[in-house]
Amino acid sequence: MPDTLSTSTATSAKPLVIGDRSFDSRLIVGTGKYATMDLMKDALDASGTQVVTVAVRRERLYNEQGQSLLEFLNLDRYTVLPNTAGCFNAEDAVRVARLGRELLEQLGNPGASWVKLEVLGDKKTLLPDPVGTLEATRELVKDGFSVMCYSSDDPISAMRIKDAGATSVMPAGSPIGSGQGILNENNIVLCLELLKHGDPDYPVIVDAGVGQASDVARAMELGADGVLLNTAVAHAKDPVQMAHAMRHATIAGQQSYLAGRIDKKLYATASSPMEGAISYIPGE
Amino acid sequence: MQIVLNGNDHETKPDSSVADLIEELGLADQACAVEVNNALVTKAKHQSHTLAEGDKVELVTLVGGG
Repeated sequence: MPDTLSTSTATSAKPLVIGDRSFDSRLIVGTGKYATMDLMKDALDASGTQVVTVAVRRERLYNEQGQSLLEFLNLDRYTVLPNTAGCFNAEDAVRVARLGRELLEQLGNPGASWVKLEVLGDKKTLLPDPVGTLEATRELVKDGFSVMCYSSDDPISAMRIKDAGATSVMPAGSPIGSGQGILNENNIVLCLELLKHGDPDYPVIVDAGVGQASDVARAMELGADGVLLNTAVAHAKDPVQMAHAMRHATIAGQQSYLAGRIDKKLYATASSPMEGAISYIPGE
Repeated sequence: MQIVLNGNDHETKPDSSVADLIEELGLADQACAVEVNNALVTKAKHQSHTLAEGDKVELVTLVGGG
């Protein structure tokens, strides 16, 4: 990894606060789909992330034991956010969330009280089921979970999920793993506006659909508090370099948002003064 | 006695506890979460929870995911 990219300025302008926790990195990275566990470990390191997502699955009792994720994940370094991926109804999502909490309690990881809630409506699109998502959010909040909720980019769905008690709403930029970036910026902006109305620190994280670093920067420039991604890094030709790019895109996007962009104008505005120019200027 | 473990039929000793099953499978030294008939059995109850014929047991761990 080139040292020039790892400068001390490569930190967020201000920390990401989710519930009672605070993180310097605003990038959440998934642990799925890497060619090898070593590659995953290096990519997570390069991304600078402090929160990683994991899935809950059956022990492979009847297959040859592969490498265990936990051997490659430094639990002192990362807060582990267990997901409910693969759940198509609220009941299953609640079961999986409880199993994830049990595992992280056994491991003594602070992610134990968290869940990345996904209640999917359809296998092909992996779009969320808005009704099941709401049911599961209510149930899990009642059970003491901090619910980080995967949602569509529909602003009203997002608002209902917040009303149900979610700690963070995480609207999708585009379908999971599609790499299409943010398909409807307008909806993401409306999600941000509605979710943060009277509650400016409410964390909104763009989850899903990232294909390249500029998608991350764009999400942050729109005012998102963070970005959650997996495939864009795991399946990049060089996952470690892409992870590095995502880290810097997150910071660049947030700083750009905080700095405040200039207004767009129809005509050019010269950066060099016309006054004192020795050249011929048309019309003068 | 016969139970259904992670979707497969599994023969285990009568009156096995959840802890016995985990021991039998060689998983005692690692993190694993257990559900019996769709209800979580926390680690604190692995010893005291006795399995019954036909119980549906899910034994899960953490894997890579997004």
